[in-house]
Amino acid sequence: MESVFGSIAQAPEDPILGVTVAFNKDTSPLKLNLGVGAYRTEEGKPLVLNVVKKAEQLLINDPARKKEYLPIVGLADFNKSSAKLILGSDSPAVLENRVATVQCLSGTGSLRVGSEFLARHYHQRVLYVPLPTWGNHLKVFHFGGLEVKSYRYYDPTTRGLNFQGLLEDLNSAPSGAIVLLHACAHNPTGVDPTLAQWEEIRKLMRSKGLLPFFDSAYQGFASGSLDADAQSVRIFVADGGECFVAQSYAKNMGLYGERVGALSIVCKTADVASRVESQLKLVIRPMYSNPPIHGASIVATILKDPDMYHEWTVELKAMADRIISMRKQLFDALTARGTPGDWSHIIKQIGMFTFTGLNAEQVSFMTREYHIYMTSDGRISMAGLSSRTVPHLTDAIHAAVTQIS
Amino acid sequence: MPIRAALLRSITTTTAARGSPLIGARSASSWWGHVAPAAKDPILGVTEAFLTDPSPDKVNVGVGAYRDDDGKPVVLECVREAERRIAGNMNMEYLPMGGSVKMIQETLKLAYGENSEFIKDKRIAAVQALSGTGACRLFADFQKRFREDSQIYIPVPTWSNHHNIWRDAHVPQNTFRYYHAESRGLDFAGLMDDIKNAPNGSFFLLHACAHNPTGVDPTEDQWKEISYIMKVKGHFPFFDMAYQGFASGDPERDAKAIRLFLKGGHSIGIAQSFAKNMGLYGQRVGCLSVLCEDEKQAVAVKSQLQQLARPMYSNPPAHGALIVSTILDDPDLKNLWLKEVKVMADRIIGMRTALRESLEKLGSQLSWEHITKQIGMFCYSGMTPEQVDRLTSEFHIYMTHNGRISMAGVTTKNVGYLANAIHEVTKSS
Repeated sequence: MESVFGSIAQAPEDPILGVTVAFNKDTSPLKLNLGVGAYRTEEGKPLVLNVVKKAEQLLINDPARKKEYLPIVGLADFNKSSAKLILGSDSPAVLENRVATVQCLSGTGSLRVGSEFLARHYHQRVLYVPLPTWGNHLKVFHFGGLEVKSYRYYDPTTRGLNFQGLLEDLNSAPSGAIVLLHACAHNPTGVDPTLAQWEEIRKLMRSKGLLPFFDSAYQGFASGSLDADAQSVRIFVADGGECFVAQSYAKNMGLYGERVGALSIVCKTADVASRVESQLKLVIRPMYSNPPIHGASIVATILKDPDMYHEWTVELKAMADRIISMRKQLFDALTARGTPGDWSHIIKQIGMFTFTGLNAEQVSFMTREYHIYMTSDGRISMAGLSSRTVPHLTDAIHAAVTQIS
Repeated sequence: MPIRAALLRSITTTTAARGSPLIGARSASSWWGHVAPAAKDPILGVTEAFLTDPSPDKVNVGVGAYRDDDGKPVVLECVREAERRIAGNMNMEYLPMGGSVKMIQETLKLAYGENSEFIKDKRIAAVQALSGTGACRLFADFQKRFREDSQIYIPVPTWSNHHNIWRDAHVPQNTFRYYHAESRGLDFAGLMDDIKNAPNGSFFLLHACAHNPTGVDPTEDQWKEISYIMKVKGHFPFFDMAYQGFASGDPERDAKAIRLFLKGGHSIGIAQSFAKNMGLYGQRVGCLSVLCEDEKQAVAVKSQLQQLARPMYSNPPAHGALIVSTILDDPDLKNLWLKEVKVMADRIIGMRTALRESLEKLGSQLSWEHITKQIGMFCYSGMTPEQVDRLTSEFHIYMTHNGRISMAGVTTKNVGYLANAIHEVTKSS
């Protein structure tokens, strides 16, 4: 019998995840995967944090461990701790119970649930994303029912922030429009506003009634400090206004595959927060009923225990420091090599990614000739670098820049 | 850092000094002031209410989560062992978008058969999904995307969340007759009629076994007729199989309807869940599969399913999938699992008998035959919402308003109390 889906075409590979697929096929011993943003140790291995292993052991040995469905909104302890982590435990919004927090499937899931809520309950359907942004953002918001537009963000000439363009574009956005903000360590560029610039953005957005939707996927991973990396979110919350925050524990706790995250909606009053939470349940139930328990249990265990929390901050800082060190090594190597161009953006940008400024042709060349795997927009994951592999990457960049324009 | 602290101070001080929100901060009204409180989920709301009840006699026969004879949730021994083996797992990396390949391979064998030609010929597009709900939702989104003009036919009654799922996927819904109230059995004539009258090529949602909430399943002969007529009409059968192994105690037997349809030449879709039959509820492990014409088509369909998962959650959770593949991949663990599933199914079958016999012993004039005729976790008691309310208010017994009793919540200790209460509220009817 003929299939009802007979006419379906094969979908193209996801541009980011497709890089790893291609990398895996390559048999060269020199191959280097600078594609997907998963942390690697100096030895090029994935890392399960010690404190995470500890937490898992505790869970397995705990006879009282919950075995069944979580509530639709997820693990209560996890939700409370997550809100405190991003907003600050002394945040008035937290103390006044004005935050509706729901456990979701990592950052992606939090963004999607938030998007669907907005599509149903908010008067504006337009959401602005920075140019560029993580590729999946566009899909998430589109499938979530919103219309996606963009605001200028990255300046290719300076390889830094196009602050004027950003302000102009937000200023001309319709009142009430939703604005996606990367809380820290912008993906893919690594370019963040300064705190003074954030304050200007805040003032402008509040005066235009624009709704902030923060994507916080790298808290603690950017600077090494959880509080410092949350400042952008906190200054918005401090002015008493409302906002959305999507949190992910994929990178900063190394829990990638466990899909742990949270969506927090900061509201004006506790009553509103409670009603908002009830409506979030209606978005979640027909999507997957309730969130996965394992990863959230690990996170809650760690966040609630002062010793484990401290241990986590130490391991987190070590990861962030290694990345910062890789930036310096690559910059120094390119400088020593005399590779044409200004490479200072490598050490100015922050977080897991560097937007090298290499074009698609140069990237293609690097993949073909040097077995370097990265996304075609020139983004490299610093987490995939090690002291051992910096020279090879330097060679590749040097060759690409001098042979291809 | 001093700059940051100063900035924060300036914002908060200014707010306090002016006594009104800072420049540009939204005025006192919320963006969400108009948001109405949502109605509680009819099923999950029951457990919430149960938990707040202080009565020592309270009984929860609401949500369909298995309990042992002490009324306690159960972690299967095979799951414990699998977790012991996985502990210290040095890898928490992202799964592929389509999920764990190992888990999917083993899961398909359960549904399609150990030696299924369709598996051998690679004709099945399959992705790991967030339990049964996630599998249904992915399929609904897929249906919307690639068969824009299609509708879904849903049995009456069905698990309430089915309606939510296809609604949120923006797929128009129709219903087909299923439950026959007078006989508390299957409305086979109505069902066949509705299948015949639906436009050719319609999509039908079928419960593979242990229909939720009624516990009423077609017989094998009835399934054969349903399969035949659906083939004639060119309908698409989508099976929700949430209770494989839980209905009869034998997973092979519980997959009978699916195997029948496969033999009948249907290209089906299946949502599988390990929530109940492996007790992995909160891990959210399941699988969505779509049988295609050939391997090329299966590759295409799988790629499109992945494209729908990516903007929803990127890739599925690893832990539960690892437990499933650890168990199903190891013959000893798999055998242990099969034994444990049978124990659970047998206990429920035993409770059905006990409840029916208790009611009959109490001298109830009504027929309670359906309690033992129905199969799986649920019994559609036939009680009215008013009677259910009385059970709750007078006897602290919690169940969903449609009179559905989760037999998994019935134990040798509470079956007498439950029978008594049911008898009390129904004896005048």
